[in-house]
Formats: sequence, structure tokens, C-alpha cells
Amino acid sequence: MNTSLLDALNASAGAIFLLAAFGMVATRQAMASLRLFVVQAAALAASAFLLASRGEGYHLWATGGITVVTKVLLLPWLLRRTIQSDVYVKREIDQVFNIPTSLLLALVLVLFAFGLSRSLRSLLPEAARTVNLPVGLGGLLLAAYTLTVRREAVPQVMGLLALENGAFFVGIAVARSLSVIAELAAGFDIIVTVVILGLLTRAIRERLGTTSVGRLTSLREEGSSQRAGAS
Amino acid sequence: MVGLPLLAAGISALVPRRVGSAVTCASSVAAAALALEIARIVVERGALIVLPGWIEVDGLGALIVVLVSLVGVTTSLFSWGYMAGHETGGSPAAYFANFNLFLFSMLAVPVLAEPNVTWIAVEHTTLLSVFLVAFEGTRAALEASWKYVVLTLSGAAVALLGFLLLYAVYQGAGGTGHYTWQALLRAAPRMDPSLALLAFLLVLVGLGTKVGLAPLHTWLPDAHSQAPSPVCALLSGVETSAVLYVILRLLPVLRAVPGSGADRWAEGAGLLSAVVAAFLLLQVSDYKRLFAYSTVEHMGIILFGAALATSATGFAASFQLVTHAFTKSFCFLAAGMVLTATGTTRVDHVRGLTRRSPIAAGALLLGALAIGGAPPFAVFLSELTLIRGGLAAGDYLSVAALVGVLGLAFIGILVPLHRMAFSGSPDEDETRHRSLPRTCVAAVALAAIPVLVLGVYVPPPVHALLARAAALVAR
Repeated sequence: MNTSLLDALNASAGAIFLLAAFGMVATRQAMASLRLFVVQAAALAASAFLLASRGEGYHLWATGGITVVTKVLLLPWLLRRTIQSDVYVKREIDQVFNIPTSLLLALVLVLFAFGLSRSLRSLLPEAARTVNLPVGLGGLLLAAYTLTVRREAVPQVMGLLALENGAFFVGIAVARSLSVIAELAAGFDIIVTVVILGLLTRAIRERLGTTSVGRLTSLREEGSSQRAGAS
Repeated sequence: MVGLPLLAAGISALVPRRVGSAVTCASSVAAAALALEIARIVVERGALIVLPGWIEVDGLGALIVVLVSLVGVTTSLFSWGYMAGHETGGSPAAYFANFNLFLFSMLAVPVLAEPNVTWIAVEHTTLLSVFLVAFEGTRAALEASWKYVVLTLSGAAVALLGFLLLYAVYQGAGGTGHYTWQALLRAAPRMDPSLALLAFLLVLVGLGTKVGLAPLHTWLPDAHSQAPSPVCALLSGVETSAVLYVILRLLPVLRAVPGSGADRWAEGAGLLSAVVAAFLLLQVSDYKRLFAYSTVEHMGIILFGAALATSATGFAASFQLVTHAFTKSFCFLAAGMVLTATGTTRVDHVRGLTRRSPIAAGALLLGALAIGGAPPFAVFLSELTLIRGGLAAGDYLSVAALVGVLGLAFIGILVPLHRMAFSGSPDEDETRHRSLPRTCVAAVALAAIPVLVLGVYVPPPVHALLARAAALVAR
């Protein structure tokens, strides 16, 4: 395939990546945010494959493959095994901001990411970076935003993992020939993260009867007077 | 050496409580003995290369390895007594398995030679300690562990971007061959300054979250106060240092990049952290949180010292890493004894401690004096070295701020703890009074040795190791 077609396809992968990030900001349902995360991970893998066939390095095939196996296939399965199904159908009625406001703020963040990358881009030689750097940075900021405004456990976990997606979306374009051991370890790391967060969510749900982690606010200096001493 | 805790984790997950305690203690003693041997070799030869390009230990790495493994000994001994009298929370097998896994991850950080793999090890120090923080299973403990995992992992993701950019900058500078901390340093003079600085700042913010640098410290007092006391001692005493180690590794690299200005950023971040923590200390009503804020302060001080980058402040920063690790872990073990004796962590609920439990009160006061920086304890000596180094470097304004911070922190720590020990009389109808397990007392006594000794006498081998580490920090 010729390079310009691959570049166009890579730009589409970037667009899907960013759209999924917007979706995670806007959706109310836990299940939807899990699905959007999978779409985003697939876009990340697609971008890695496209860059690999463009001749950016063989290791990108491995990166894409590891992403598909860990994030697209294993992750949703693991999460659904560790967290009970009724958590996923939960809807968040009130977010910190309402959805139109959230989307506007998200747009501002993405514009900021594009502006920032413009100033950096001249320092980075390759053409692929025109897509991956701004999109990845935008994805990172949107994920951080998701993390701060969502109160349910599952969307927060998705935001957390999407942060890493954003970092990797930049990484596949700028860091070439990363050692395969590091990549395998990073894939393993995702699995451990998901299992541990899943188990913790389960423990919180069993002990406290809620997964609205954003509402757990007993640990504050001013609130500590109501708290009995920890055992 | 690194593998030992992993083995112990496997064993202690399977065996009953008493055996699990013994296995954990035995493996931590063995790991500490190996760590001291490694340090001896490193002092002699400068570095120990086990697996070229993957596992390499130099002076700074050896220092962290020694600290982690020695604090591992006292905390595992304390855990023995802690678990023996334990009825609530999770199972002892899970506790000791997690405890050993956590030790394993912390020992892995300083010996790994490739920066990207080091990042993964840092991520695992969080992942493998989450269930230790949540161990008590109370509402507060679960909330603290959620905050801990979400904030530090988001920090790690930001740091990941920094590490990947760093790798790109390294390749841009023509770096080839094995990607290690050494290779990074060699390629530094040819790096692009603005991209290198961006990568460093991403790492500073990302890992700074985990180190607990203000204003990213918000999770730290929660996690470091809700976890079981021996775990607090590990979290606060050495986990923060093991992560700060990564930033200390990067500083010399950035210093070698022409005109990056990273030292100024690190200096500012360190000073800000110390100042913020000192003021927050004054309004704390929980004695474990008090020690946690003091960790935020100390991390800031160490970073500040390392960023000044003279040989004197580099030495002071390394020394402060040592004194902080020993003293802070001692403080949390002492706090654990007080908690066992009184059943509360609230400062205003504990009165007349000297009469109720003289040992706990004595340990708490000793810890408070030592961590507050009173002479003749080790922290006083390391902070004095830093102040003198800062003055010699001509940074008068920052040093003045630092002196203010130290005074404020001293008052903030000592006043409430003094009140707990001496004022009033103990509540007679307090039912949760428990006697202290012998292993706990032994662990605290053992932990007190370096706190008392290092303030008046630094043995030559320790000095040699510190000099090795300082040369790497202030390069």
C-alpha cells in the first residue's frame, strides 16, 4: 500500500480514538464506557499496525498484537468476571457537570492538546507524529477529565486505563524499537491493573454496598472529627 | 536477593499464620544480608552488573536496596506480632503474601537498568500494595486504597508518556545499543533540551504524585494512615524513597543536557512540597497522618537537596534518604504500638500515655523528636548537612525558607505528641487496652538502633556507600 493511503487510514484511527475518548466523557452508563474503551484500544492497535506497515519498525506489530490480546480481548472478560453484572447497568444521574458543559470543556482540552503539539511538532522529525502526538495528548487530557468528573467505579477505571492508551498512542509514533520485554511487561501490567482494580471494586461494593467511589469522602482533615479511630 | 520475597510470597500464601510470619521474617533477614553484601561489592568496585543491560546496581541503587531490605526486616518482625493479635480484616495468608510481593516490587525498582522497565516496577509497587492498604476492610481503608490506586496510577500514566518521550529524545540523540540509565546519561549532551525538559516534567509530575510531592500528595496521608502500621512504615519509609530514586536518577541526565533548566524545576517542586506540608502539619488531628505529612515534607527536602547539585547537598540528600527511611519507619512502628495500646489514632483521644503504656509512649516521643529533627538524632545531622551545603551553594533565600519549614514541622509534630504522652490521665473505663506483643517491642527496639546511632556516629562503610550515591546524585 502506498504511504499516503496509510497516513489517511492512520488519521482515521486517530479520529476514532478521539471520538471514543469524547464518548467516555459523555456516556452515563458503565457498560457503554467499557465498550468505548475497547473501541479506543482497537483504534490504538490499528494505528500501531498501520505505522508498522508504513515501515516504522517491526516491534510495532508486537505492540499492536499485545494491545489486541490484552486490552480488546482479555480486559473486558476479566472485568466482567471480577465485578458483578449489576454494576454495569447502573446509570449516573448526576455528574459533576452536565453533559453539554462537559463536552464543551472536553473540546477546549483537545484544542489545547493540538495547540501544544503544534509548538512541539517542529522538534519531532516524522510525519506520523502529526496525528499521533496531538491525538494521544488529547486522549490523555480527556481521560484525566473523565477520571475527575465520573463518580462510579467502572467509568473511573476506564478513565484510568484510557490515560495509558493516550500515552501509548503518542508512544507508538515517537519511541521506535522499544524492547519487546518492556512491551510484554507493559501488557502484563495492564492485566494486573485490571484484576486488582476489579477486586478492589468488588470489595468496596461488598463492604460498603455502593460503587459510587466519588462519594466516599470521609477522609478529610475537617471531616475527621466524625470518624471513629480506625481499628 | 530480589527473588527471595517472591518465593516467600508463594510460601506464605499457602501456609498457616504462624509459619507465614516466620517465613516472611526469615526471607527478609536473608534479603537484607544479601543486600548488605551487594552494597559491600558496590562500594568496592563502583557497580555490580548482574545481567548487562537489564540488572545493574550502582551506588544509588545499592543504597535504596539496603534501605528497603533493612526496613523490611523490622516491619516483617512487627507484622508477626501485629497479625498474632488480629481478629478483623483480611486473612493472614493474604497479608503475608501481599507483604512479600510488595517488598519484591520495591527491591526491583533500584536494580533494573532499563528506564522503561523501571517504570513498570514502579507501577507494580502501587498495584501490589493496594490490598495492604485496604487490609483492614473498613470504610476509611477502602476509600483510602481507592484514592491511592486511582491517583498514583494516573500519575504513572503521565509518567509513562514522559518515559516514552525520553526514549524518543534518546534515539533522536543517536543513542544505540542497550537502553539503560547509563546510556541515557551518555547520550544526554546531544539531546534536544526542550523535549527532554518536557519529558522530565511529565515524569516529575507523574511520579511526584506517587512520591507525594505537594500539591499532588492528597492521597498520601489517607493511605499512609489507614494501612496497618507495619505497612505504613514501608509505604512512608521506603516506598516513597524508592520512587523518588527514579527522579534522582533523571536529574543528572537532565543536568547533562545543555540548558535544560530541570534543576530549577525540581528545586522549586521540592521546596513547595516542604512548605505546604509544614503548614498542613499544624492542623492534623490524627497522629498517623502527622507522620504522613512529615513524609511529604521530607521528600520535598530530599528533592531540593538533590537539585542543588553540589557535592555537599548531594551527600546531604543521600543521607536524608537514609535517615528518613529508618526514622520514619520507626515512627510508624511506634505509632502502631500506641494504636495497639489505645485503639485510636486521634490525638485528642489519647491522654496520659506514659502511664498507660510507658514503652509505647517512650517510642512515640523518641520517634517524634527524631523525625522532627532534634539533635542528637540522625535527621538533625542530615538536615544540618543540607543547610550548610545550601549556604555554601549561595542559595540563601531557599535555605531560609527551609529553616522556617523545619522549625514549623518540629512544632507541628512535637506539640500534639507531647500532649498525648504527658497531659491528663488515661481513661480508666477504656476497654480496648491490649498488651503489646513481644515481637512488636523487639521490632521497635531493633528499628531504634539506626535512629540512635546514625546521629552520633556514621560507620565508615555507610559513609562510603553514601559517598558513592552522592557522586551519582550530584553528577
